[in-house]
Amino acid sequence: MKKPIYMDNSATTPCDPRVAEKLCQHLTTEGVYGNPASRSHEYGWLADEAAEAGRAHVAALIGASLKEIVWTSGATESDNLALKGAAHFYKKKGNHLITVKTEHKAILDTCRQLEREGFEITYLDPKENGRLDLTVLEAAIKPETILVSVMHVNNEIGVIQDMAAIGKLTREKGILLHCDAAQSAGKISIDVNEMNVDLLSLSAHKIYGPKGIGALYVRRKPRVRLEAQIHGGGHERGMRSGTLATHQIVGMGEAFRIAKEEMASEAERIGKLRDKLLQGLQDIEEVYVNGDMGHRIPGNLNISFNYVEGESLIMALKDVAVSSGSACTSASLEPSYVLRALGRSDELAHSSIRFTIGRFTTEEEIDYTIELVKGKIGKLRELSPLWDMYKEGIDLNSVQWAAH
Amino acid sequence: MAYSEKVLDHYENPRNVGTFDKDDSSVGTGMVGAPACGDVMKLQLKVSDQGVIEDAKFKTYGCGSAIASSSLVTEWVKGKSIDEALEIKNSDIAEELALPPVKIHCSVLAEDAIKAAIEDYKGKQK
Amino acid sequence: MIYLDNNATTQMDSTVVETMLPYLGEKFGNPSSRHRQGRAARAAIDTAREQVACLVSAHPSQVIFTGSGTEANNLAIKGYAAGLVSGRLFIGSTEHPSVTKTADQQARLDGWFKVALPVTENGLLSDEAMALLSTAKPGDLVSVMLANNETGVIQPISELYGQLGLKDKGIVIHTDAVQAAGKIALEFSVLGVHMLTLSAHKIHGPKGIGALIRDKSIVLEPQMNGGGHEAGLRSGTENVAAIAGFGAAAELVHEALAQTSEKLLALRTRLENGLRAIPGIEIIADKTERLVNTSCFTMASVEGETMLMMLDKAGIAIASGSACSSHDNAPSKTLTEMGLDKSRVRRALRVSLGKNNTENEVDTFLDTLKMKLASFNSVVSNVAI
Repeated sequence: MKKPIYMDNSATTPCDPRVAEKLCQHLTTEGVYGNPASRSHEYGWLADEAAEAGRAHVAALIGASLKEIVWTSGATESDNLALKGAAHFYKKKGNHLITVKTEHKAILDTCRQLEREGFEITYLDPKENGRLDLTVLEAAIKPETILVSVMHVNNEIGVIQDMAAIGKLTREKGILLHCDAAQSAGKISIDVNEMNVDLLSLSAHKIYGPKGIGALYVRRKPRVRLEAQIHGGGHERGMRSGTLATHQIVGMGEAFRIAKEEMASEAERIGKLRDKLLQGLQDIEEVYVNGDMGHRIPGNLNISFNYVEGESLIMALKDVAVSSGSACTSASLEPSYVLRALGRSDELAHSSIRFTIGRFTTEEEIDYTIELVKGKIGKLRELSPLWDMYKEGIDLNSVQWAAH
Repeated sequence: MAYSEKVLDHYENPRNVGTFDKDDSSVGTGMVGAPACGDVMKLQLKVSDQGVIEDAKFKTYGCGSAIASSSLVTEWVKGKSIDEALEIKNSDIAEELALPPVKIHCSVLAEDAIKAAIEDYKGKQK
Repeated sequence: MIYLDNNATTQMDSTVVETMLPYLGEKFGNPSSRHRQGRAARAAIDTAREQVACLVSAHPSQVIFTGSGTEANNLAIKGYAAGLVSGRLFIGSTEHPSVTKTADQQARLDGWFKVALPVTENGLLSDEAMALLSTAKPGDLVSVMLANNETGVIQPISELYGQLGLKDKGIVIHTDAVQAAGKIALEFSVLGVHMLTLSAHKIHGPKGIGALIRDKSIVLEPQMNGGGHEAGLRSGTENVAAIAGFGAAAELVHEALAQTSEKLLALRTRLENGLRAIPGIEIIADKTERLVNTSCFTMASVEGETMLMMLDKAGIAIASGSACSSHDNAPSKTLTEMGLDKSRVRRALRVSLGKNNTENEVDTFLDTLKMKLASFNSVVSNVAI
């Protein structure tokens, strides 16, 4: 067994060897290295052909057509383009957008920017299990609402939103629906038409493709318009300028092709591993699963070990790569805003660990992880004054802490 | 972020983990921090009649740097008089452990823990 | 296949590919993750940042990685303008569309104006352009590319701006150095600019990665919001492999700069001597200082597009305009701005050499071009009879 064991597949995934092979064919000197925008020679044509094949695979995974896929540099850019692009284009129609407090930073930070530009944003609270209450959403809709943005699957807790129900509502109300599907693509099925989604963000590196490439689905019927956010040579039908990285597109295409083919069997295998991990860890006293277990992608387990601080646990689990909170914010010491939005106490939020199981995780690795975590939790609790207090029956909420 | 060798050493082999009877009149207990902030340190000092710290124990809920800071402090205070112990500064701790800027608060907490423990001890002597 | 379109994109160096491969394989971590895999990825970015900074003699902390040169140009112009209420954007009239269109977009907002800086028939900023620039006020932005993608003309921006004292007046200077990098020596501080755009795939690095080098006194608003990567100026999980490749490519071109320029100049001299011997061929900006790899010329009777197809069939890849605007068939903006009449613009071709090209390839190109011109002329004269 190779260590460290990688259980941080929601932060990023290794390239599938099949993806890497395909991608490398477009990297090396023997390969196709033309500029896909070069219309005048074979180098350009071959590159363009490869890019279009990639586009077809991406479209196929989400039930879209070729012309509805716009390449971007990643899901962050897709989120920016979707929200800013739609807000700027439709600002005469209205200035109100709705999103959820547990969205990825790429959405929340973009919303803050739109607020600075004069748009009004409503940030909805999810239910305690992480899911969005449709009545809460419906109540937030105003005549000025132009767009609702809800992520399909949360990156920290893996909870799945009922996009079809949300889409039904937004379609009835004539409001655009954007969905950040960076964490759901390739893990659960997506059909943009069943969901009535108008804009959908995708990333390659979360599903065994390369970093630095993503896509935005932009519905054509009924047609959704966007104002471009990166201006230039007019690539991607004017929606996104910049030379396409052929090898990355090819890599993303291959990753999506494999995902479509293997998703069902993979979900079953990964789900079993996750359940085994959960069972193993549930033997430990005072553990709490964060987010709904019933509506969750198979690979995610987010769990709080009460009275143990998350960062010290990560340090103790140095042979297992996991994360506390999301990788994007892990440079800060704030407890996870997602868990806080779920109403988790700061203590439990501080004590949370996210295990994300992927295509290359083995049962042996799960067994090892369970034993390791059990041992380390024991050790850290021996060190923890809070654990002593808990054992003495002291209610921690009754203690006057000197906040600092 | 990579931890320094010294932090790793204290984290993996924490010194003086444990508890004294907090009702013992020769024991000063300091508990600082808050669970909501992600760190709580409990430092206990056993002080001789001559005012010398004979022994020290700690328990810490917090990150690796917080655990290392409190572990280090238990080593440093032993054999010192109360007044000498009060002179330990957070900057000394941070320097010894090569703490990065985002972890300086751990050393501050350790200094606070010494002060709180000594205050508790002094209170008991009145 | 003979590839003579190196200003559109270049072939990656094998060293670059090798540098990238581990980050597509076992070193796949997310640089924001704090575990070992994450830290290994972060280290690769740190190294590349130093290498890219070194290419332009800047400090690593001045480098902001972006998804392309286009994105860097967007960030420079919109990111700067976003911090101000109003101002003027002085934009070269032969800029890449990622500069002109971004400036156009900005000028649609209240308080913003775009001023186009005209060029002479040699592609250099004209007297009129200098007069316009002398009206620039503190806080205004100037963006003129260091070297043109179509003609290779090098704009002596440090000299020109120095004469006008632009920097001292508090005018903010950006330059798109995508084509110049790796072909002429660049020193960020000596150039006297505040912001400079680079792209990896023009210097034998990967596509999908660029950078904006910036003077940190310039306040930029991020154009991509999110997790706060790249010092908060460009969110999005870093494209580690591409960044590592960019770094390696920057180091390679930097080290071999003198040697490569010498080789390219010799090749181009060979090419242009051959071209000058062909009746009817005129080299654009022949007497102006140009990038040593670029030769743009017009033919007497054949349209560029037609010749390009003929050459492609013969296995030679060149361009008639910039690849970026090849989607529309509009005549080259650069050449039009230089005052060439429409019919002549349509008869233009661009050869852009790369370090992998050989004398043999240049000779083959010249022979093929001559042959095709001759066959075309005979067809045309037959028709005329």
